[in-house]
Amino acid sequence: MNVVELVSVTKVYSGDVAALRGVDLEIGAGELVAIVGPSGSGKSTLLHMIGTLDLPTSGTVRIAGYDVGTLSDRELSALRSRHLGFVFQQFHLAAGVNALDNVADGLLYNGVHLRERRERAAAALERVGLGHRLGHRPDQLSGGEQQRVAVARAVVGDPPLLLADEPTGNLDSTAGASVLDVLHDLHASGTTVAVITHDRDVASWAPRQIRVKDGRIMAGATAGADA
Amino acid sequence: MSRLSPARMSPRDVLRVGAAGLRSRPTRVFLSALGIAIGIATMVAVIGISSSSREELLRQLDRLGTNLLTVEPGRTLFGGDAKLPITSTEMVRRIAPVTSAAATGELDATVRRTDRVAKAITSGITVRAADGELLTTLEGRVRTGKWLNAATGRYPAVVLGSVSAQRLGISAVGGQVWIGDRWFTVVGVLDTLPLAPEIDRSALVGFDAAERYLGFDGHPTMIYERSSDSAVNDVLAVLPRTVSPENPDEVDVSRPSDALTAKAAASGAFTNLMLGLGAVALLVGGVGVANTMVISVLERRKEIGLRRSLGATRGQVRVQFLAESLLLSALGGVAGAVLGGLATVAYAVSRGWPAVVPPWAIGGAICATLLIGAVAGLYPAMRAARLSPTEALATA
Ligand SMILES: Nc1ncnc2c1ncn2[C@@H]1O[C@H](COP(=O)(O)OP(=O)(O)OP(=O)(O)O)[C@@H](O)[C@H]1O
Ligand SMILES: [Mg+2]
Repeated sequence: MNVVELVSVTKVYSGDVAALRGVDLEIGAGELVAIVGPSGSGKSTLLHMIGTLDLPTSGTVRIAGYDVGTLSDRELSALRSRHLGFVFQQFHLAAGVNALDNVADGLLYNGVHLRERRERAAAALERVGLGHRLGHRPDQLSGGEQQRVAVARAVVGDPPLLLADEPTGNLDSTAGASVLDVLHDLHASGTTVAVITHDRDVASWAPRQIRVKDGRIMAGATAGADA
Repeated sequence: MSRLSPARMSPRDVLRVGAAGLRSRPTRVFLSALGIAIGIATMVAVIGISSSSREELLRQLDRLGTNLLTVEPGRTLFGGDAKLPITSTEMVRRIAPVTSAAATGELDATVRRTDRVAKAITSGITVRAADGELLTTLEGRVRTGKWLNAATGRYPAVVLGSVSAQRLGISAVGGQVWIGDRWFTVVGVLDTLPLAPEIDRSALVGFDAAERYLGFDGHPTMIYERSSDSAVNDVLAVLPRTVSPENPDEVDVSRPSDALTAKAAASGAFTNLMLGLGAVALLVGGVGVANTMVISVLERRKEIGLRRSLGATRGQVRVQFLAESLLLSALGGVAGAVLGGLATVAYAVSRGWPAVVPPWAIGGAICATLLIGAVAGLYPAMRAARLSPTEALATA
């Protein structure tokens, strides 16, 4: 089954900016895809559609089988809390809060008790190689470590789909590589991962690449079409 | 396919998230909570201090009793001064519920330290003939020396009220004062009598001595009377006719404790103005909280976006900021209630009053702060909840 299905999706922002112009896209369960394209081509907009953070102007977005356009705000929130994990270019960690609690907050809206949230947060941090940094605050961590904490927060609830918008954009190549390794491990353990990047080296690291230009998908709209 | 429904956040989690928001901005939280605290402290202290003062008056009333009545001659039909019959004290004693009664008679004589002090200088002290039962009836006490007895009541002996003793500069017994045209020996000084301040300003001589040495005609000018508490009103009703069967209209009866009762009732009067001031302070505090919350929402758009991406519903974002606002003002409210309580205790102790902070004042303070927190937080919380996730995340 496809985790992501977009059918003729368009997105027009106020001021007649057409960020997406008829996008058809399928991403299957367990895939690792890179979304690439020049700046302003609509990559982030596409990711917002997939992540249900915004609704398309027209067309259908189906995530984990749910038609996003028919869901209420509450249902969309529930969908995000259970099926989706996000990693942003800026890490968005709470300052002054240690890594463990930053990650535990990833489960805050899932109806999980604090104790279990912390247990699972510790496990998630272990998974991203930060088992020894549980008590460190963001300002005591390197950029790469902070982004791995953010990844741990995104996956602490075991979402089937992980979306990352330029997760290595603020990192040097070594730190970036460590984050990509973590994403790769997650993919290996069955999570569907979609990563936006405009770094060609990073892109070539993913088995499938979706090329976006001027709000259209130029290649990689379906699995195996471009490799 | 299962229906999607967001998980409920436990109240503890709501509080944790609200508290976390406050903890990240301690200075601002302290200052805006201080605004609320000042308002609440003012109101609690005003209520507490006036309650303490009322409590003190009520205890005083309790101690002094409300069963003391006084009888005085009023005016005659033609406007002259009436006189109480010589037998009136006896008549009052015969009223069944009356437990004790005593008379005083005002004299023309003045009291002076020595005969060399001019006659016109009275120092505001009145010389009165007092009957032996007076001290019992007033439940008064002798500070030094002795009260008049059958013997001293016949001789030139005098007992001074507390104020008289002070004005004459006398604190020990055995000395002499000049009354009328002869020396009287001071045999006692009385304690203060809150229900009979006129006695505090008197020099008291026995009835017999007054008749023999000071030309007293035997007509009482004031009769004090005590009865059982339950019978006070009945006694009040029959007193005029008992004292003066022919002219009951020429008799004035009053209840000295009424003045204290009125004072206790009025001790809430200045409170309203002060309460108003407290309310204004509280309002200003509330505006401070609202301001803090609006700024907080503006500054934390990214956090809001992140929480939405983690699965927070609009409602949960709204609740988060409302909880934060409620906690903020509750913090100020609790601090204010404690400060107000301490101020009340300090003031009451300094005045020797019992400290009373009524529970309803504390309850009202808590309700007021919660109301302020809710009102102040409502608009910022709505704004936070209305923010779309992408808008929030896109903030520079
Ligand atoms: N909220 C918005 N309002 C108006 N226009 C927008 C908005 N967000 C994006 N756009 C426009 O939509 C187009 C696509 O933007 P998008 O952010 O998706 O590009 P991108 O591929 O992610 O670019 P980059 O690589 O620089 O991040 C751009 O022309 C952008 O200016
Ligand atoms: Mg982008």
